[in-house]
This record gives sequence, C-alpha cells and structure tokens, in this order.
Amino acid sequence: MATRLSGVARAFGDRVVLDSLDLELRDGEFTALLGRSGSGKSTLLRALAGLDPEVTGTIDVTDSVAVAFQEPRLVPWKRLLANITLGLDAPVSKAKEALAEVGLSERSDAWPLTLSGGEAQRASLARALVREPELLLLDEPFSALDALTRITIHQLVLELWARHRPAVLLVTHDVDEALLLADRVLVLDEGRIAHDISITADRPRHREDPGLVTLRTTLLAALGVSPEGRS
Amino acid sequence: MSVVELARPVEKPRATPKGPRRRVTAWHRWLSPLALLVVWQIASATGLLPERLLAAPAAIASTAVELTQAGTLPTAIGVSLQRVLIGFLVGGAAGIVLALAAGLSRAGENAVDPIMQALRALPFFGLIPLFILWFGIGEEPKILLVALAVSFPLYLNTFSGIRGVDGKLAEVATTLKLSRGQLIRHIVLPGALPQTLVGLRQALGVAWLALIVAEQVNATTGLGYMINDAREFLRTDVIVVGLLVYSALGLATDAIVRLLERRALAWRRGFLA
Ligand SMILES: Nc1ncnc2c1ncn2[C@@H]1O[C@H](COP(=O)(O)OP(=O)(O)OP(=O)(O)O)[C@@H](O)[C@H]1O
Ligand SMILES: [Mg+2]
Repeated sequence: MATRLSGVARAFGDRVVLDSLDLELRDGEFTALLGRSGSGKSTLLRALAGLDPEVTGTIDVTDSVAVAFQEPRLVPWKRLLANITLGLDAPVSKAKEALAEVGLSERSDAWPLTLSGGEAQRASLARALVREPELLLLDEPFSALDALTRITIHQLVLELWARHRPAVLLVTHDVDEALLLADRVLVLDEGRIAHDISITADRPRHREDPGLVTLRTTLLAALGVSPEGRS
Repeated sequence: MSVVELARPVEKPRATPKGPRRRVTAWHRWLSPLALLVVWQIASATGLLPERLLAAPAAIASTAVELTQAGTLPTAIGVSLQRVLIGFLVGGAAGIVLALAAGLSRAGENAVDPIMQALRALPFFGLIPLFILWFGIGEEPKILLVALAVSFPLYLNTFSGIRGVDGKLAEVATTLKLSRGQLIRHIVLPGALPQTLVGLRQALGVAWLALIVAEQVNATTGLGYMINDAREFLRTDVIVVGLLVYSALGLATDAIVRLLERRALAWRRGFLA
C-alpha cells in the first residue's frame, strides 16, 4: 500500500511547521528527505509513524511501519539483544543476525547506557531493520557514525532494502548520502515539499558520476547553498 | 594545583573505596567512637554517670548476652519483626496497587490521588487513640499503623515514578507495536522502579518508627514492651539493648534494600560509575 499524505498540517503554537503538505511515497521506493534544521523533517516522520495526534490532514499509511528515531531511544533497562527483540515476532536468531549486521554481536549483552553514540545509533537502526516493515522511517540514522562505518552501514541498508523492498524515507543532512542511496530526493521547505527530484543512476553509485554532480548542484541550490561556498 | 583540586567532581557517597590509603582512613574512623566508649565506661565505673540514668557499656553487653540466653530478647525480636513484616507487606501492597491504579489511568488518578493526598496530611501517630478504640490493644492497631506509615511513601514515589517515565520511550513502544500490557511490563514498571526503590527505603525507615511508637503505647510483647517494662525497674541497660536492636534491625533492612537496588538497577551502574 502506497503512503499518501494530503493537506497535512502541523503547528506548534504560532509556529507553522507543516503547511498543507502533499506527498506520496511509492511502494519499494527509496526516498531521501532533505531540509534545513528545524524545517520539520522529524515532525513529518512522527506524523507518518502515527505518533502525533495533533497533526491534521489525511494520512494514508500502512500499519507495518518501523522507525529509527533521531536519538537512538534504546530502552535503558534492557540489554542490547532484548532491545532488538522487544515486540518482535521473529525468532531471536533474527535479532542476533541484525546485531551482527551492524557489527554489534559482541555487545549484545551490554546495557544501552554503556554504548557509544555510534553503537547506540547502529543498535537503533538494527531494531528498525529487523522488523522488515513495509515502510521504514529513518531519521538521520548515520549522523553519529565515522566515515568508514557509514559506508558499511549504507551498504547494509541498501542490501536490506533490495531484499525486502520496503518504502524507505531517510532523513539526512548530507546531500551526497541522499544522492548515493535514494531513488528520489525531497526537499522540505516552508512546510511543504519544495523539490521532488528523481535519481535514475544505477547503483552502486559514485560521487564523481557526472549525472550526480549536476544533481548535487541542483540540490544545493534548492537548499540555498552554492557548492563553491561550501567547505 | 588548586584549580585542578576544585575541578574534581564531588565524591559520590556510594563509590567503592579504593587503594590502601582509603583503608587507613576507614580504620581511623573507628577511633573516636571507641574513645567515646572508653570515656563512657570510665564515667560509669567512677560513679560520675549513675546507672539509674545510663548503664555502663560493659553492663549493657552482658545484659544483652543474658537476655539472649534467657530467650527474652529473641522472642521480643521475633514478635516485633513479625509486626513490621506483616504491616510492611500489607501497606506496601496497598501503596503500590493504589499507585498503579492512579499512575496508569486518568480515571484512576482522579479516584485515588485526591484521597491519598488528603490522608497524607494526617499525622498518623495521632491516629493511635482511634486505633485503640477501634481495634483494642492487640496486634491489629500496631500492624495497621505500620501498614499505614509504609503505604504513603510507596504510593507517592511509585506514582511519581510512573508519571516520570520518559514519553519518548512510550513512543518507541508504540512504534514497536507493544500492547498496553507489554508497555506497562517493559517500559512503565521498570521505568518507575528506581523511584519505587527510593520509596521502599523511606517506607522501611517509617515502618520501624511506626512500630516503635505503637509498641511504646501499648504492648504486652515485643521489643517495645521489653523497653517499657525495663523502665519500670530502672533497667537502663535493658533499654539500651532494646534501642540497639531497633537500630540494628533498621540498618539490616536498609542493607537489604540497597542490595536489591544494586541488582535491580544494574543497568544504571555502568553509567553512574
Ligand atoms: N513538541 C514541540 N513543541 C514545540 N515546538 C516543536 C516541537 N517539536 C518540534 N518543534 C519545532 O518544530 C520545528 C521543526 O522541528 P523538527 O524536529 O521537525 O525539525 P527537523 O527538520 O527534524 O530538524 P533537525 O534537522 O534539526 O532534526 C522546530 O522549529 C522545532 O523547534
Ligand atoms: Mg529532526
């Protein structure tokens, strides 16, 4: 079932964050969501996850949703493995596999408060991925990872996506990450989807791909940044 | 350097002592209490401190042995422990059940919390005359007083613990499709546990206090009776033995809670250490 939003609005007091937003996420499509800090990306994700009772408009979304929040939000009194299996129908072996895939097999007995930022983020990602949902919502799931781990985890997410074909909505600040991973890049601005750009390049992709270089310039312009001015 | 000294974090009360230096200081801490005991003994021996006011440490020790051998002390301890235990279980169960009722639903809160807040303002030692009228001078008023004293700290702490559970984790539970029962079991109760344990320690403190007060007023058995009886015969040694037993029991139950805390809150240890 495709995900459809129409006329979705959300304001906090006087501050309008989502303003009659329309969006369709197609089945099996990998979508990246860009936007300045505070533009409402997390707010949109929370609405999609059914966590915001005050959002208005029509949201047509599958029940099978998994979320990796912007902060890892592990349950502190459950060891890592128990965090992954919490509310999970699949056998424990699947949870162990998921931990292995994000490189955390050895930490499966650890208390969440003892994990490093990047470890906690990978655990949170594993907890979402292992559920094999129809819609996967990822809120900056790679922000605390070093460059090398990030490449590995990108591969992992792409593999899982190729295997189960969920619709993915990935929030990121990183234009290159969006270009490398997604079929489609959205830019959220002023409470609406201001840009909706398809990327048809074959995977695996390379940053230097001339098609991507052009798109990068377009996207950066859409975000109000000129490529030369970016450090 | 003084700046470094200042910047050092305040020592945590429960940090485990480390290294030989700490052990030496720990030993030093026994010196002044020992000195006090010696002075006390001398004062008693020279008649400076009459036995009528306070017995000598040595006399107290031998009385403790006598009372134990005669079986008086163990019997009294057994009776008092039983009162505390039953009162604690009854009051604890009531406090926690009410906290769950109030914590888990608005309707429950509206039904329970106003009453609890109102009762809480009641000076419960002042209830003793009423309790005697209602229940006579048997076991019930003593157990009930303990139960009443225990239920409030457990209620208040568990309730605020439940309400203090991180809403972000409740959102996680929603996205993980936990049922209401699972939410309570996996998120709400463990989240409230640290606060409940704080309540448990407070409850144990007031449980002993309530027992002592109840036993002073009217009792024909138990530690309080032993102390009261001793007063009639000016046996300050027996009174002090009774008081020491009270404090030892209080310390012992506190140690049990601490042990419980250490096991139940292991998930925080790595973080706090
Ligand atoms: N519960 C709330 N109460 C008041 N204001 C809120 C609340 N949640 C979000 N906001 C505001 O709504 C705006 C959008 O927040 P949101 O978290 O969606 O931004 P974001 O695009 O995810 O930003 P970032 O990239 O920094 O994570 C922000 O200005 C934020 O301050
Ligand atoms: Mg955000």
